[in-house]
Amino acid sequence: MPAILLDKIFNPWDEIQRYQTEHLRGGQYGATASFTGTMRDFNIKETVTHMTLEHYPDMTQHYLDKLCKDCTEQFELDDCLIIHRFGDIRPGEPIVLTVAWSGHRAQAFDACRHMMEELKSNAPFWKKEVTDKGERWVHNDQHHNKE
Amino acid sequence: MSINVQFFASLRELIGKQQATLPYSDGSIVSMVWKDASNGKTMPDNTLCAINMEYVKPDATVHDGDEVAFFPPVTGG
Repeated sequence: MPAILLDKIFNPWDEIQRYQTEHLRGGQYGATASFTGTMRDFNIKETVTHMTLEHYPDMTQHYLDKLCKDCTEQFELDDCLIIHRFGDIRPGEPIVLTVAWSGHRAQAFDACRHMMEELKSNAPFWKKEVTDKGERWVHNDQHHNKE
Repeated sequence: MSINVQFFASLRELIGKQQATLPYSDGSIVSMVWKDASNGKTMPDNTLCAINMEYVKPDATVHDGDEVAFFPPVTGG
């Protein structure tokens, strides 16, 4: 149940296949649910040419590792995987992949959704977009001095 | 006897530095660390705080050797 931070483009389908082959046994699981987040070339009615994804390396790894461990226990998964980019990203490139393997579909769907929602709310990443009008930080005003 | 302070994203740009080392003071809390490290700048309302990579509130107690981080709401995924 690893969380992997990458500074280069990855193919989510290849990563799922590779992880399954190396870490899971055929017949062990009955459901695989995955989500891939991909960079758009537009936001707030403007064309985005590329973006930089900054992170807090140690805390991000610590947070995502704990999220994988907690999800595996909470949803009784056979395994899970999170891959998240950082650094320079271009439109059309995958930003994030979450995968959950379980005995039944309900846990796999729920865990996959839970991983995405949790990391979007709490994992310390920050997007800076570049448009034809200049650079801008992407805002998220949902959180106020959380604990 | 010191505290390692980290700023990320728009707060790094606001403060003008990524990192600072401050002397540790007994009874220090996170908001006092911000004040010292930012030369008295007002902390933006939506600032998130962490000690040793765990989220905390601005009134959390800081201990000698801690890493205290300040950053804006996250936007990953």
